[in-house]
Amino acid sequence: MIESSLQQLSAALAAKKVSAVELATLFLDRIERLNPALNAFITTDRERTLAMARAADARRAKGPGEHCGPLLGVPLAHKDIFCTEGWRTTCGSKMLANFVSPYDAHVVSQLKTAGMVTLGKLNMDEFAMGSSNETSHFGPVKNPWDTNRVPGGSSGGSAAAVAARLAPIATGTDTGGSIRQPAALCGLTGLKPTYGVVSRYGMIAFASSLDQGGPMAKSAEDCALLLSAMAGFDERDSTSLQREAEDYSRDLARPLAGLRIGLPKEFFGPGMDDDVRAAVAAALDQYRQLGATTVEVSLPNSGLSVPAYYVIAPAEASSNLSRFDGVRYGHRAAEYGDLTEMYCKSRAEGFGAEVKRRILIGTYVLSHGYYDAYYLQAQKIRRLIATDFQEAFKVCDVIMGPTSPSVAFSFGAKSADPVQMYLADIYTIAVNLAGLPGMSIPCGFGTADMPVGLQLIGPWFGESTMLNVAHQYQQATDWHRRCPPIGD
Amino acid sequence: MAYDNVSRHARAVFVALFTPLLAPPLADMSLNPEEVGRIARLARLELSPDEAGRTRDQLNGILAFIAQLQAVDTSGIAPMAHAMDVVQRLRADAVSEPDRRDAFQAIAPETEAGLYLVPKVIE
Repeated sequence: MIESSLQQLSAALAAKKVSAVELATLFLDRIERLNPALNAFITTDRERTLAMARAADARRAKGPGEHCGPLLGVPLAHKDIFCTEGWRTTCGSKMLANFVSPYDAHVVSQLKTAGMVTLGKLNMDEFAMGSSNETSHFGPVKNPWDTNRVPGGSSGGSAAAVAARLAPIATGTDTGGSIRQPAALCGLTGLKPTYGVVSRYGMIAFASSLDQGGPMAKSAEDCALLLSAMAGFDERDSTSLQREAEDYSRDLARPLAGLRIGLPKEFFGPGMDDDVRAAVAAALDQYRQLGATTVEVSLPNSGLSVPAYYVIAPAEASSNLSRFDGVRYGHRAAEYGDLTEMYCKSRAEGFGAEVKRRILIGTYVLSHGYYDAYYLQAQKIRRLIATDFQEAFKVCDVIMGPTSPSVAFSFGAKSADPVQMYLADIYTIAVNLAGLPGMSIPCGFGTADMPVGLQLIGPWFGESTMLNVAHQYQQATDWHRRCPPIGD
Repeated sequence: MAYDNVSRHARAVFVALFTPLLAPPLADMSLNPEEVGRIARLARLELSPDEAGRTRDQLNGILAFIAQLQAVDTSGIAPMAHAMDVVQRLRADAVSEPDRRDAFQAIAPETEAGLYLVPKVIE
């Protein structure tokens, strides 16, 4: 049962072969047994989970009808960046270590309405700032494939939980690669939607012009099912796009004959490890066998994406995180004199080192005299990067390349030098700057038998095409079915 | 404080006048300890002396990394704030939220009579 797809779980629940309570109990027991070695969950609450499962079973007991959608009774876990009413929501920070949200994020309420059962809240880099999960106040998450290695970040808890089958599926968020990179490092399928497709309401803000929520799953098919329930217009998010609801599963079965895959020459230069290069090349061969053709494209400004990101994202973060002042919620220092000292001490105690660094960089680039030279210049470069993609999509339907330059690295390998850590997202960040949808799918194994991810990048609103392209590959290969050797 | 403002202003003028002449213009503009202190004050972050030194080195590493942006010719390029250049949506000026003051104040560090308490700001 723990290996089942969402569709299989849904069918078993509909046929009453298993109840939502039984299913939730199965996963809760597994979390209790295996989570201590992985640290993927920050919070679980058995009573609250079982109450949701009982409610799902009661809904089904009323007989078939519209109230019994495909996700009714299916368990999932949320990245701890999504506000969940009545549950602690920490964002991986001491600042919010005791914060119990008084409301649900839009994504959380959508999935509740669909009848999904929350298993708990997942560990992450503090305020989603990190690529290894080492910045979490609650300790690093371990990669289930090798517990001496990082799971990636910032959605490392989501990736580790699904990879170790502690949850059938999870939510994540992606500002510069935080869904795709951990999906790659843990052997999962993860999707970052087009900016504006999934509401950011109740998703604790890091860099508002880049943040997007999305699914992290065992397959493209599962991602499509969850995304269909997560996406949709929400007037409480000022950047939510007013579009018709989509069934993201609709194109899964389409054959790939005639598909044009663009290969950016900048993504295949030096900087990528040989094991990653070999696995990506083999995946591209597989796609050619499935009837696709490949064409070289160029993204000449993509090399500027990491430095542009480290102006724009900290600038927006310094503004967003100014709300944590020790007045309305979150940590307040025990000792202080005047109001300014209360702010300064509360923030110094509540935030970790990486969050402080980004707030300081952001404050600096936005300060008087530097705004034009840094922030405005970065925004202009952002347009150059986005325009490169528009040019590339004139000759291809989807872009492919590596998700991460290496397989999962060891704890401590990059944590001493911030810039080295930032370069872990060298292939993913341009996608956020351009607002495009991106995916990572497992495409083999590299050094030390660690998973390798293939990145798919689509044009705006190309989610269903990308899911089709991913699903057809997963019909022909079994990399996505491989499971780490843990606990059994 | 006044002196700090003067030096900051002088520096801003310097940047405005001479930035186009330097190549790459901001590459050597590493932060000195006073500047780190000023930024920390603006960000309302207390830094211990030990933390300030380490932070300064790391910030300078990051600034050196992002300095490569200065070499790019962006004349005639409009800055991009949103991927699809959408404009702010307007809504009717009507009450849309219920009063949930009690729920929101229940999670505050200190409240009294429906108010958030902070140290005295007016003598």
